[in-house]
Amino acid sequence: MRVITVAGPPSVGKTSVVDKTARLLKTRGQRVGVVKFDSLATSDDEIYARAGLPVAVGLAGSVCPDHFFVSNIDDCLTWGRGQALDMLVAESAGLCNRCSPHIQGVLAICVVDTLSGVHTPRKIGPMLKLADVVVVTKGDIVSQAEREVFAFNVRLANPRAAIVFFNGITGQGATELVHHMENAPSVDGLEGRRLRFPMPSAVCPYCVGETCIGRDHQRGNVRKMNFAGTGT
Amino acid sequence: MSRSILTRTIGELSASHPAMADFFIGVSGQTPKPDGSVLSWLAGVGEDRLSQWGMDRDQALAHIEALAGQIDALRSSSAPEVRVLTILGGINKQGQPEDLRLTLRPGELVSVVGPTGSGKSRLLGDIECLAQGDTPSGRRILVNDAPPPPGLRFSTHQKLVAQLSQTMNFVMDLSVGDFIAMHAECRLAGEVGPLVSQVIAQANDLAGEPFDRDAALTQLSGGQTRALMIADTALLSASPIVLIDEIENAGIDRKKSLELLLAREKIVLMSTHDPILALLGDRRLVIRGGAVVDIIETSLAERANLAALEQLDQTLMAVRHRLRGGQRIDSPVEEMLPWMR
Ligand SMILES: Nc1nc2c(ncn2[C@@H]2O[C@H](COP(=O)(O)OP(=O)(O)OP(=O)(O)O)[C@@H](O)[C@H]2O)c(=O)[nH]1
Ligand SMILES: Nc1ncnc2c1ncn2[C@@H]1O[C@H](COP(=O)(O)OP(=O)(O)O)[C@@H](O)[C@H]1O
Ligand SMILES: [Mg+2]
Ligand SMILES: [Mg+2]
Repeated sequence: MRVITVAGPPSVGKTSVVDKTARLLKTRGQRVGVVKFDSLATSDDEIYARAGLPVAVGLAGSVCPDHFFVSNIDDCLTWGRGQALDMLVAESAGLCNRCSPHIQGVLAICVVDTLSGVHTPRKIGPMLKLADVVVVTKGDIVSQAEREVFAFNVRLANPRAAIVFFNGITGQGATELVHHMENAPSVDGLEGRRLRFPMPSAVCPYCVGETCIGRDHQRGNVRKMNFAGTGT
Repeated sequence: MSRSILTRTIGELSASHPAMADFFIGVSGQTPKPDGSVLSWLAGVGEDRLSQWGMDRDQALAHIEALAGQIDALRSSSAPEVRVLTILGGINKQGQPEDLRLTLRPGELVSVVGPTGSGKSRLLGDIECLAQGDTPSGRRILVNDAPPPPGLRFSTHQKLVAQLSQTMNFVMDLSVGDFIAMHAECRLAGEVGPLVSQVIAQANDLAGEPFDRDAALTQLSGGQTRALMIADTALLSASPIVLIDEIENAGIDRKKSLELLLAREKIVLMSTHDPILALLGDRRLVIRGGAVVDIIETSLAERANLAALEQLDQTLMAVRHRLRGGQRIDSPVEEMLPWMR
């Protein structure tokens, strides 16, 4: 089974991209299933179900969504094997721009949109910098010059990735993306594999439910801002 | 990992491109010493800084090497030669086949005509993205008789096509000067400074109200936006194919704009509702219901009529000019339309 992680900021078009690409993969005889990770709620499963794709949903709730992802991804593979999938796609929203669900030896796709600001590619961390393929959506809304400048900044932020322009509404770019997905490595299980980048150590009282502001509650892994030389 | 990158100095690499300099500053948190090598620099960077940047040591080295490769590619490559561009028909909006195999060669100007919504922009869009049956029209585009390699389809610095789309506004949060500089940087090798001033001066020549390089892109008026897009397309691209979408709606001098955009030895496609522009083409494609339904060669009789139409147009322009200047349009009609005398 080929496994593919698809990550990107909220509402960039991840579901549109996966939906359009999976439809094309289906016509090529591939059985594709999707696991959608989100924090509180999602209706993406309805979209995938409408496309006739087996779909499972994982909601992190009160747990850090990225930690939730790592704790569950191997179980998703077990589910995928049970569904006899040729390809399993895990869609997750990168919420803090710092974490990244990308796994070593597993095809990593990051989706960004041309509307998200010219400096965005530089601001997104390992989710974009360490991806194998960066999909750029919503190019239909901006000028050619803006599309090029945006793609250029993506290229500078991640010079190793393949860049694919994708129109999430028409599916333009799906042929290209299918090519990358069909070349993804096959994996049997993820036990013992590593993330491409460690998630931040989150062990302070606030991680485990503290709500009160104040020095007394800032214990464990605390980082303070430095205001020296700031302002007049 | 090539040894040459590891032993090159930080200063040397930083000078190769602003993105490289940004990387070193970003990871270090300050401007690093220019005379150290990459290896000695990396050895001095703390775990903490690297983790904040989102990479480990090996990933940082791979990043530097890949970035250097991209910068070299950017400096050395130019758009490949296009001897012939072929458009293979797809399907119309009803899903019926479009009977089309159109070949275009450098030096040709082709107009695209048809009612609003018929699919003119779609055709230009298909060429811009070098469609391979993956757009709603199902058309395919061949370059020099073959499908373009994927690398070429998505390259920005070997861009085959320069497109002036119908877009009337920018969305990027940048000043005019920064934006043009960035675009110049990703399109061309060499010095960008003088080009930026040139593009802005040219745009101001086309637009009614001048703007300067510090203006925010998103604050420009529709006319200013189009003027900037035209100047940018004309001056920054070495692309062998030029696409122009309804330039007459830009609210600026279309003749002047077109003179800027029409370059020799390029393949130019122009969608238009304006008879004067349409008849400038060697041929015109007639679009209906999402498909090319006819191809008309501009005849001698049509060329002869073009002269009369231009005269008519100049008359109307003069009237428009008076209107804009706050004057009255009440002179006797024979005076405004001299040939009616
Ligand atoms: N114009 C345009 N709209 C797009 C494109 N891709 C996606 N959209 C629209 O963007 C909106 C969000 O798309 P989704 O695919 O749901 O985005 P997502 O990243 O999956 O969102 P979450 O899973 O909620 O984070 C939808 O209304 C899409 O129709 C595109 O290329 N162009
Ligand atoms: N062959 C086609 N098949 C399906 N949809 C098409 C086709 N040609 C055009 N369209 C769609 O029709 C709509 C109008 O086309 P557009 O190119 O914007 O028209 P125009 O520029 O002539 O006003 C667009 O949404 C476009 O994608
Ligand atoms: Mg989604
Ligand atoms: Mg149009």
